[in-house]
Amino acid sequence: MAEDKNIFKVEIVTPDRVFYTGDATFIEFNTTEGEIGVYKNHIPLTTVLAPGVVTITNGEDVKEAAVHAGFAQILGDRVRLMAEIAEWPDEIDERRAEEAKKRAQERINSKAAAIDMKRAEFALRRALVRIEIKH
Amino acid sequence: MASMRDIKRRKSSISSTQQITKAMKLVSTVKLQKARGRAEAANPYFNYMYDTVTSMLARSGNVNHPYLNGNSSSKKAVIVITSNRGLAGGYNTNVVKLVTEGDFEKEDTLIYAIGGKGREYLAHRGYHISYEDPELMEAPDYEDASKLAATLLDLYGKGEIGEIYLAYTHFKNTVVHEPTMMKLLPINLEDVTLSDEEKQTQMNYEPGEEEALEGIIPKYVTSLFYGALVEALASENGARMQAMDSATSNAEDMISDLSLKYNRARQGSITQELTEIIAGASAIS
Repeated sequence: MAEDKNIFKVEIVTPDRVFYTGDATFIEFNTTEGEIGVYKNHIPLTTVLAPGVVTITNGEDVKEAAVHAGFAQILGDRVRLMAEIAEWPDEIDERRAEEAKKRAQERINSKAAAIDMKRAEFALRRALVRIEIKH
Repeated sequence: MASMRDIKRRKSSISSTQQITKAMKLVSTVKLQKARGRAEAANPYFNYMYDTVTSMLARSGNVNHPYLNGNSSSKKAVIVITSNRGLAGGYNTNVVKLVTEGDFEKEDTLIYAIGGKGREYLAHRGYHISYEDPELMEAPDYEDASKLAATLLDLYGKGEIGEIYLAYTHFKNTVVHEPTMMKLLPINLEDVTLSDEEKQTQMNYEPGEEEALEGIIPKYVTSLFYGALVEALASENGARMQAMDSATSNAEDMISDLSLKYNRARQGSITQELTEIIAGASAIS
């Protein structure tokens, strides 16, 4: 089958566990430079991840996961995502994400000097990704 | 010879100590199982991280970045990971020794103490403690680790510290724990060796090479630090388990020794009593 030639290995590793290892024909994820889609024999590339949804496609089988921060190493027949946090949709508590989103927005809007803007923005982005993947 | 009552008192005191050490051993066995599980789950990430970063740096040999070249500051920051509680054999002393016997001048060394014991030892020996966090050792988590790593990287970036070291106990297996001193920054490129295949692939970076390094190195430092934390926790419990195990068996030996002495003393006193009675009876008749 032609498809076999297009299969490459995907590994998603986080500090707590090996999140996912398996084959894929196509993988899509978010980097700081924008979204990127990878087929087999992509040029070797190291890139920094941005919070977003990772879509792993293997033929008909499509898996989605939320990934926040980390970096990716793409080598022809292998893609390795070193993520600080990675979650499957069923591990995400949507209510908590909504609350986190509200909290982060309030913090950003309050513009008090004491808050860490970058942290608040990061929290907001994280919450948004979690909500996105649930829908 | 000690009196029977003294021996008895001693024996009961030792056996209650033994009960405590036995209980502590059981507790640390359970904790060790848990900590070991975490350390093992975390392991692939650090290995990959180390491989990726070092091979990346080796390939891009001519990148000019302070993370690789160091800066002019003579200050050294040492993160010392010890436990909060004692009774773990040589566990804490071994880590502290890495600092006191290593190449660290007291004036130029800033100690970042994780865990109370290391802080006490080093403060007592006159080292400067810049930061302490006993809480982190109770339940290490990645976010806390990344906060401290960020602080250190910030100081490094500003040129206030020139080198960052990490002193912790490497968890090899349940019985072998190696106190390890690791240099986090600047990264020593000479230590890195690449396979031929790796040398041939040309790596691309997005964004640019230096921006990518800028983003990746902090994660590298954080992950090594976090990895050290979970390994240290496993080592601590392993060390305590061993210490308590030998304490329990020492108590066992002492008790059997004392039992023997007690029985002798008892026999001696009975013999003496009998002799006295017989002597008394013969005096009457």
